[in-house]
Amino acid sequence: MHYLPHTPEDVARALKLIGAPSIDALFEDIPAELRDPDMQVAPGLSEAELMAHLRQLAARNEDRGADFLGGGVRRHFMPSVTSHLAMQSEFVTAYTPYQPEVAQGILQATFEYQTMMSELTGLPVSNASMYDGASAVAEAALLAVRQTGREQVVVSRGVHPETREVLQTYLSPLGIELTTIDLDRLTTPVPAEDDLAAAACVIAQQPNYLGYLEPMQQLSDASHAAGALFVAAVDPLSLAVLAAPGDYGADVAVGDGQTVGNPANFGGPAFGFMVVKEALVRQFPGRVVGQTTDVDGKRAFVLTLQAREQHIRRSKAKSNICSNHQLTALMAAINLAALGPQGLRDLAVGSVQRAHQLADTLTQAGFEPLTSARFFNEFVLPVAVEPATLRRELARRGVQAGVAAGQEYGLGHAVVLAATESTTDADIQQLVSGLRSLEAAAMETADA
Amino acid sequence: MPDHTSNQSTAADFPLIFERSRPGRRAAHPPKVGEIDLAALLGSENLRAEAPRLPEVSELDLVRHYTQLAHRQMSIDANFYPLGSCTMKYNPKVNEEAARLFQDLHPYQAPESAQGALELLYNLQSDLAGITGMAGVSLQPAAGAHAELAGVLMIRAYHESRGEGEQRRLVLVPDAAHGTNPATAAMAGYDVKEVPTGPDGEVDVAAFKAALSPAVAAVMLTNPNTLGLFERNITEIAKAAHAVGAQLYYDGANLNAIMGRARPGDMGFDVVHLNLHKTFTTPHGGGGPGTGPVGVKAHLLPFLPAPVIARRGEGEEAEFYLESDMPLSIGRMRSFYGNFGNLVRAYTYIRALGREGLRDVSGHAVMAANYMRVRFKELGFNVPFDRVNMHEFVAQPPEGLKTLDIAKAQLDYGMHPATVYFPLVVKEAMMVEPTETESLETLDLYMDALAEVLERAAHDPEYLPNAPYTTPVRRLDEVKAARQPVLRFDFADES
Repeated sequence: MHYLPHTPEDVARALKLIGAPSIDALFEDIPAELRDPDMQVAPGLSEAELMAHLRQLAARNEDRGADFLGGGVRRHFMPSVTSHLAMQSEFVTAYTPYQPEVAQGILQATFEYQTMMSELTGLPVSNASMYDGASAVAEAALLAVRQTGREQVVVSRGVHPETREVLQTYLSPLGIELTTIDLDRLTTPVPAEDDLAAAACVIAQQPNYLGYLEPMQQLSDASHAAGALFVAAVDPLSLAVLAAPGDYGADVAVGDGQTVGNPANFGGPAFGFMVVKEALVRQFPGRVVGQTTDVDGKRAFVLTLQAREQHIRRSKAKSNICSNHQLTALMAAINLAALGPQGLRDLAVGSVQRAHQLADTLTQAGFEPLTSARFFNEFVLPVAVEPATLRRELARRGVQAGVAAGQEYGLGHAVVLAATESTTDADIQQLVSGLRSLEAAAMETADA
Repeated sequence: MPDHTSNQSTAADFPLIFERSRPGRRAAHPPKVGEIDLAALLGSENLRAEAPRLPEVSELDLVRHYTQLAHRQMSIDANFYPLGSCTMKYNPKVNEEAARLFQDLHPYQAPESAQGALELLYNLQSDLAGITGMAGVSLQPAAGAHAELAGVLMIRAYHESRGEGEQRRLVLVPDAAHGTNPATAAMAGYDVKEVPTGPDGEVDVAAFKAALSPAVAAVMLTNPNTLGLFERNITEIAKAAHAVGAQLYYDGANLNAIMGRARPGDMGFDVVHLNLHKTFTTPHGGGGPGTGPVGVKAHLLPFLPAPVIARRGEGEEAEFYLESDMPLSIGRMRSFYGNFGNLVRAYTYIRALGREGLRDVSGHAVMAANYMRVRFKELGFNVPFDRVNMHEFVAQPPEGLKTLDIAKAQLDYGMHPATVYFPLVVKEAMMVEPTETESLETLDLYMDALAEVLERAAHDPEYLPNAPYTTPVRRLDEVKAARQPVLRFDFADES
């Protein structure tokens, strides 16, 4: 297959105008010894062969059945209209709105997105999006370092382990120290002021990686008392009911937007978001859309405050970020507009309700989920086997469940279970049966 | 023909979604749930007092709003879009069908239940390694700039592993480089030194060699460069860089020019990033999500971001898994495994075209760009480095005309202008990249429109400075946008 429009006559006409004997002759600037390598790529396929190959690959994946997977990505209900509208040609095949007169579609939709993120987080200024939640947290830490002039970042162990790994990747080349606060059982203890004397920021996640609710107000107050910024990594879906970062005084709200309107996509692309207080705008990374007027006085939207960015400032830029995740952020904005405040609340309340039903059912069935701290829609279940084994064995029984809680939490073998509004009674029963049959199999092995 | 005396409309502004909102309307209805006592379950101190003011619209309101917004937007599917350095080629529809087959997979599901997805990723790693001539590839970075950071961090880790971390403080970039290159080097903790462009539009080799020293950690180059010219001295540049122990970084923004015809790995590059949204037809999406795989030579394999996709066994027995046991890895660049949805699209494109098809891409892209170069010259534009170019070229408008004005006038013809005012080394630069998927008729129409713009400008001094005339909005007050930033809707303004 190919997508070339040029007939042999076209090629002849073009080459005649150029004054070249052949297409290959246009490549003579490439030293001869470098030309025409063996790429070791297979020959092309017809569309029918191509789709057969892809369907064959897709058939070796399981994407249905009872699902209790969380850990930053969840399969919430999305109305059909969302992807229809987001995947319109004009949005999908446009690029960065460099010419605002012919890019009002993307620009206005982004301005609306910024407004929605601002409403959800209770902070005034959102950028146009980041790559993902983890890199957004890292960029927030760098922002805090620039703003405070301090060179230590303090992060709660309740922040997603992969996010903390990304944080380490971004901070270590700059010589910025990363300090981790251990959880006190399931939530973050409030640090003493002295322990934060050198901190540029404190980062905590709500709900935390294990699913439990952190004392965000106290963490925010302690950060500010020590002259540090407070960075709240939040699940935007939870903000339908949970206190907004702006409510507890967070300086920066960041997170991953997948839960409010992107498919799971095996982890990407979704989008990261960053929303800040007014005072941090000049330190802000990434594109921002602002409102203005055109020469006729009409309202119009344009990329603004670009003096922070790489194409103007080069090595003095606030970040190297250039492309963000515009289309997936747009998809989430459409989804949020489709849901409205009541629909988003339905998803959040439904998730809380199903997760608590799941925990109660497990308890009644003789399992011992950790419920000593308040949780949103995820919680920890200690298990008898290695989490990877549990996940594999449950998958064989048609249940996808069991994100590993990780040895670093000192909970032994433990997994995080998630529920959503779409979790059914039958799903819950299937998980309980799966866990029971695993337990029985383990006892048989032990007896043998 | 546009008429600059008309003032298109005095109708009301195009509404924001918030202005269409009416309390009680809604488009989406999630599964029903019973009410619960949230305060009891979550603690009243953890609850928010007021609901976020999201829009309340019916499904048809929603459809009208976003469909009308789409109509206020230029795109490849509707318009010729020859933005230089952006490779705005056609994005095949079959890619979208392919991506939908995989969109419901969860990143934490058992790998045994995602073997098809992992095999696809593994195959793509191999294909991209073959296309670039590298030993291994990470698919993790989310965009070109993100991949640059991963690449420079690997170079940094490599030097540190050899005890040369302290000594190497500098990254060299050409003055014509993309802005992301110096910004990336700074994010990786390096100082940046610019290398001048010579009179032939290529890196000034003498100045480059003079800038080399044992303090140099890396040299970041684009080849062909941002002027659309192949760096003919690339082998000499690579040898000189390696002689002082520096690593050579390939910015893959312009790979479309040479794909299938030359490989960065064979030129001596140690690290390569690709922009799948440029060369490999994943959608630009109005500014992302991009995807930036990064490939390395064998000596840098241990430093790749973890995890990488690996395989045990052969044929029917093959099992694909995530390899995280990489003690020298620079660590993660982001969560999960990369922009998987786009990796599926790029894989679909590579499989569709195959090795011959990929080679034809660069041939026809370069042919189209040279055709445009000659036509620009015929029209009176100056081409400062006038020789056979690669996938793009840089032109300057005829004396006395401003690039910005010409670009704005082109909008009235339903055509997107070139990249303007880049690279910085050429005054009034217009950087034109037609791509291989545009027909000669489309290129000719573009030139006809441009000729008409020049013609009108010659007869009417008011025409260009006031263009465009027929676009959804006209020239914007960008100074006001920056001086008095309005970055969100103000609900208080609603009457």
